[in-house]
Amino acid sequence: MAEEQQDRRTPKVSWRNPSLLFELSKPGRIGVELPPVGVEDASLEDLLPEEVRRGEVEGMPEVSEVDVLRHFSRLSRRNFAPDLGLYPLGSCTMKYNPRVNEELARLPGLAHSHPLQPESTVQGNLELCWALEQILIRLTGLERVSLQPAAGAQGEFAGILMAKAALNHRGEKRKYILIPDSAHGTNPASARFAGFDVKELLSNDRGTLDLADLEREMTEDVAALMLTVPNTLGVFENQILDIARIVHSKGGFLYCDGANFNAFVGKASPGAMGVDVLHMNLHKTFTTPHGGGGPGSGPVGVCSELVPFLPAPMVEKTAHGYRLDMDRPLSIGRVRTFNGQFGMLIRALAYILAMGGKGIRQVSENAVLNANYLRKALEGKYHLPYVSDSMHEVVFSDKNQAKHGVTTLDIAKRLMDYGFHPPTIYFPTIVSGALMIEPTETVAREDMDAFIEAMLAIAEEAETDPEMVRGAPYSTPVLRCDEARAARQPRLRWTPEAV
Amino acid sequence: MTESGQQDGHRYLPTGTEDRREMLEMIGIESVDDLFRALPEQILLPSDPEIGGPLSDQQLRRYFGELDRKNKVGGRDLACFLGGGAYRHETPALIDSFLTRSEFLTVYTPYQPEVSQGTLQSIFEFQTFISLLTGLPVANASMYEGASAFAEGVLMASRIQRKRRKVVVARSIHPQYRATLMTYAQNLDLEVVEVGWQEDGTVDLAQLEQEVGEDTICIGLQSPNYFGVVEDWAPVSGLAKSCGALTLGVVTEALSLALLKSPGAGGCDIAVGEAHSFGLPVSFGGPLLGFMAATDRHKRSLPGRLAGETVDRNGDRAFVLTLATREQHIRREKATSNICTNQALCALAATVYLSLHGKKGLRRLAEINLKRAASLRRRLAAIEGFDSRFDAPCFNEFALRSKGSVSVLLKSLEEDGVLAGVPLGPDYPELEDSFLVTTTECNPPEELDRLVDLLQRRSVKDDTLPITL
Repeated sequence: MAEEQQDRRTPKVSWRNPSLLFELSKPGRIGVELPPVGVEDASLEDLLPEEVRRGEVEGMPEVSEVDVLRHFSRLSRRNFAPDLGLYPLGSCTMKYNPRVNEELARLPGLAHSHPLQPESTVQGNLELCWALEQILIRLTGLERVSLQPAAGAQGEFAGILMAKAALNHRGEKRKYILIPDSAHGTNPASARFAGFDVKELLSNDRGTLDLADLEREMTEDVAALMLTVPNTLGVFENQILDIARIVHSKGGFLYCDGANFNAFVGKASPGAMGVDVLHMNLHKTFTTPHGGGGPGSGPVGVCSELVPFLPAPMVEKTAHGYRLDMDRPLSIGRVRTFNGQFGMLIRALAYILAMGGKGIRQVSENAVLNANYLRKALEGKYHLPYVSDSMHEVVFSDKNQAKHGVTTLDIAKRLMDYGFHPPTIYFPTIVSGALMIEPTETVAREDMDAFIEAMLAIAEEAETDPEMVRGAPYSTPVLRCDEARAARQPRLRWTPEAV
Repeated sequence: MTESGQQDGHRYLPTGTEDRREMLEMIGIESVDDLFRALPEQILLPSDPEIGGPLSDQQLRRYFGELDRKNKVGGRDLACFLGGGAYRHETPALIDSFLTRSEFLTVYTPYQPEVSQGTLQSIFEFQTFISLLTGLPVANASMYEGASAFAEGVLMASRIQRKRRKVVVARSIHPQYRATLMTYAQNLDLEVVEVGWQEDGTVDLAQLEQEVGEDTICIGLQSPNYFGVVEDWAPVSGLAKSCGALTLGVVTEALSLALLKSPGAGGCDIAVGEAHSFGLPVSFGGPLLGFMAATDRHKRSLPGRLAGETVDRNGDRAFVLTLATREQHIRREKATSNICTNQALCALAATVYLSLHGKKGLRRLAEINLKRAASLRRRLAAIEGFDSRFDAPCFNEFALRSKGSVSVLLKSLEEDGVLAGVPLGPDYPELEDSFLVTTTECNPPEELDRLVDLLQRRSVKDDTLPITL
């Protein structure tokens, strides 16, 4: 009866389920006004021989500007965004993206500068890169920083290649990279792409590295240890100085995955920890927007031994202004075109200057404070698999709820009905049913209180009405999606026939 | 740097001193420092880092405004004819209005499809556009930029052809793309061989034929190539097929795909390249927008994210990330790539751009580029002391040969407010006498006239004479 009523209330057709852009196409519509050719009008046939020419691209849509406006405005309403409420994706640092940064990145002299312009015409850009590098050097305690890598994973790759190049330069060939089981998945993939074999280290019951284990595995055939600090459990390796000593005693390099730098930026120095190479995700710690999955930016900082191997070019300051140094004979080479994600560098520098030295310290302090506030409020109802101190994020599991048949996936989906984005789920993989929560420092306490209330209510629902929780979400633009079907019969583009 | 910053709170940090006190009390600790007790004392910074600031929005505008004015850029201070892998194009206003919209700007990878349909559907539409333009049935959600997309394309080909180890690439592929490939390939057991060009600027087919064999993983070819010359995919892909190798088509100016035969139609198995021309400013070379497409049989070897169509519990159409078992967060060291974050927001810009231009607009825009470049090429090559370096057809970029020194010429033109081109000498010593000139819709006819006029004034009638300034 109630279901029937619900059926009548829901219209059969609604803009809530938008068409694909391609399905809106009508012959004769267009969304731009183009300039005249402006030169003598030669024929296409004269300019391009038939064997390299194509006709109109079949399937391209014909729509007006207004059609496009409506379409993407409607799509945007089908996303939940950090600007709308808590979006506590662990390890992703979904902090506020200041709007002034968007304005600055669009300044015409910056946005419209071409990467192959003579140095004399891009002194502003080079000064900006230099200023950002100097600040990152201060914050990391390392010797130099390359701004070239396009994202964290590329920064990892460049960092490991530099370690390899330095070892080659010493005349050493080493085969392995050590990676704890709590590391990001990109770490082993990057090490593999740099030509190394990966040896996994198991975490102890504190969620940190076992020093005896490290001592045993750290041989002279190991190029580097790749360590995430704090690790993906949100736990700081309190024996970091011993770890560095062990790695260095065998001539290896300590690589730090800086994806979680937000936990101690402005508070502690990776250089002082003994870190030799560190990548930073500007889209995490330094708040360049995540954009639905990029563009990121993954600068990589190194100790003095690795400086000669940094990717080329590097920006150098001279008596006559700034220049791009291409002449780096020992460099690992390029990892991409041109000068990195420049637009992201502008935003990161603006953010750091807006925070200031005192502010940047408060960033890590408040990030850690907020995570611990959530932990304290939730630890009675949600199982905490590792009781070590939490830094900027806290990892729970679904152990208590699983007793009632409610899993992490169900909890995540139910959170959507309460108006929140779920945390990162099922990661790190060493925790069964992990819920990895990172509030960041830019969330208001009221929002955390609302999130806590929602999480506690879901814990209650898991006991009293598990069936209902398993059916969530109920209020989202689409309900649970059939992911198995998507993988079994992949439909990866629109095709005209499918209409 | 400033007098501000005397205040207690910060505009980006909602937690005030009172909140802080109450939260510490609730947690049951005395001070925030207690939360950092796992950090050894030796690693703590003794004081706030000296990094300047804090700056207000107004102060930020002043600081970055000064940097902005230290640059000279095309369309504002200079006439700019630079291309070489980054192309200046007009961008409709609608694009920025979506790029700055919270729901697209501030979200992350759409791991949770129920609350990410906007991003997922826009990626699905991007994949469709790239598939249509490249003539290949499957495209991924984007790559960082063209050079790493090229390197990843070669790695993908090597995974498909596990028993082979030779990669043959045209030397007329963008120098930075080849340099990036060398960085990626240096630690894998691959042999990379480069093949030159023939007199008209197209790839040297005879040399290619000699290099390609049973051990060849793939042939890499760019069109238009780095010299702006349009290549014919077909003879190269035919040669590749004859020995079981794949063809990797590279496109650095995606706008050309509106007019030129697609890599797919030309027999390429994989297409990679750079699509920032669709709605993104050149931004000193980043962020740009890499793309990758492939034939259906190789879809499971693609790196990066893929959005796919499915249904939700009600049977309504929905989109999800799919085929994730290829990816690093699941496969770790056995993944097809380490790529995780890509260029989703840039892909959104391209999707809006391609929607606005559509079937007719994109083609007309490409024609404007083609015709302006062809006209400029003809006029510049007619000036005594200059000629077209290669004879083959071009799209919006061409190599011009100068009897006088290229570096002296470009420097003197810069002083006249014209960035006339990218010198070829630094990357190709044998082309030291030539430079690349690019013409897009951003170069109005008056700018073309101006460049013609300036070169006429530097016309060298006899190669014993120095350049007249």
